[in-house]
Amino acid sequence: MAKGVWIVAEQRDGALRKVSFELASAARKLADQLGEEVAAVLVGGPGVEALASQLGKYGVDKVYVAEDAAFEPYTTDAHSQAIATVVKANDPSILLLAASAQGKDLSARLVGKLATGMATDCTDLRIADGKLVAVRPMYAGKCYGEIVVSGTPQMASLRPNVFPLAENAKAAAVEKFSPGLDPAQLKTKVLDVMKETGGSIDVSEANIIVSGGRGMKGPENYVILEELAGLLKGAVGASRAAVDAGWRPLKDQVGQTGKTVAPNLYIACGISGAIQHLAGMSSSKYIVAVNKDPEAPIFAKADYGIVDDLFKVVPEITKEAKKLLAE
Amino acid sequence: MNIVACVKQVPDTETLIKVKPDGSGIVEDGIKWVMNPYDEFGVEEALKWKEKFGGDVTIVSVGPARVMETIRTALAMGAEKGIQIDDPSLYGADAYTTAVALAAAIKTIPYDVIFCGQRAIDDDSGQVGAILAELLGIPQVTLVTKAEVVDKTVKVIRPIEGAQLSIQAPLPCVITCQKGLNEPRYASLPGIMKAKKKPVDIKNAAALGITVDVKAKVVKTIPPPARPPGKIIEGEEPAQKAAALVKLLREEAKVI
Repeated sequence: MAKGVWIVAEQRDGALRKVSFELASAARKLADQLGEEVAAVLVGGPGVEALASQLGKYGVDKVYVAEDAAFEPYTTDAHSQAIATVVKANDPSILLLAASAQGKDLSARLVGKLATGMATDCTDLRIADGKLVAVRPMYAGKCYGEIVVSGTPQMASLRPNVFPLAENAKAAAVEKFSPGLDPAQLKTKVLDVMKETGGSIDVSEANIIVSGGRGMKGPENYVILEELAGLLKGAVGASRAAVDAGWRPLKDQVGQTGKTVAPNLYIACGISGAIQHLAGMSSSKYIVAVNKDPEAPIFAKADYGIVDDLFKVVPEITKEAKKLLAE
Repeated sequence: MNIVACVKQVPDTETLIKVKPDGSGIVEDGIKWVMNPYDEFGVEEALKWKEKFGGDVTIVSVGPARVMETIRTALAMGAEKGIQIDDPSLYGADAYTTAVALAAAIKTIPYDVIFCGQRAIDDDSGQVGAILAELLGIPQVTLVTKAEVVDKTVKVIRPIEGAQLSIQAPLPCVITCQKGLNEPRYASLPGIMKAKKKPVDIKNAAALGITVDVKAKVVKTIPPPARPPGKIIEGEEPAQKAAALVKLLREEAKVI
């Protein structure tokens, strides 16, 4: 019988990504309810084994490690083959991945390889009658679904930044496995990795988002949002209107045809709150709206609203926050 | 070139989603059904490739009778023919089962490339393209914002957090399309007239030789958690309001 709660640890450039620890913390909670162990799969280039012990801090009992130059940089072909091999050999009951760009690509291929089902981009997990019940937004958050997977393993990908970190030191015993890579099946090649300059945080990973819409009036005015976001170590987001106008890059678009986000704080500036935008951000923990129009639908979702000219208010918020953070 | 584009019919993004009182799904009355916006990028890319390299475009879709309208939309944009997979056992099916049905249909035709939307905006599952690629034994490149054919391969750009990847994959492969790839065309009036006469095969599960075994079920649909009513921060001057907000964010919300 399938046993064990497994995670796929995500690493890039020789460091585990924070979401890997979120996965470990969530897996530990499920495993304790089921009376099972937590295992992580960690694949990467030579030397990746050194990262395994960090997973133990968040409750991982065992880490299955495979090292091969073919794992760097990530390709669907190499990673999915290796992970499917070790999963099939050990038959875990639950398999969790990150709903990150890499995790989404990998997890869906694994669903195909393992012929099972998966709940994507989950925001909550629980056990009922020994089965995993995964809760996830649908229609970009206009409603939620509770998903039960009848295949094995029961797969779920978890939205980054939602599941809390919980330290719970375990052994993280390392077991090396042979990934059994078939070179004929390594068909895709990464030709280049073009890093974005400026080291800005992606909206999907930010704890704080300062977002601007049509009310920003033009691309040159986003500098006031960048200042505030920079101060708060957050990211700048945009509504579809701002992206379609060419003011902001596509990757910053929040909403039903952009990214669905759930930061601790979402500050919407000059965003009226079209239904598609609200769907993409209304699971944020705290929402602030700054808008001249008191009738703007965004105020119905906001915890704190300021009805005023954003060009006057936002610089003042930055000034006040600067004072506070200097204390 | 034999080009396939998979499309899904979804509620328009303007739709106010209402959950049925018993939690068994959403209320479908009055919904305006449209082509999934990400699939529009796939159809457009398919048409662009056809215009450049010759060949034809086949549209494949899973769903009930109403889905024919979405297939006709793609035909009106310029695709040649369609396959509709209509079987009650597949209505609301999960990603794996949907991919099994698509793979069975696509196996019956020649293909050099398959376009899918990166996800559908209804269930937001984002799995079908990759599962389809696995079932057909071909590579996938997902969330693509640029695609260029070089010999018998495709070079794509794929954005990830904080970077863009340039990836090369041999054809045939599955490409899942992200906003930014192109600007989907509108169907022209002559296109709409012509589309009515283009062939669409309708197949059920038995005709495709598949058995439906749904692996992931939505057991309950629930409305989003209600947000507590917020407060409008009053004050004379913008500076006053800003100061009050920052205080609340620090002391009440504890988020800065």
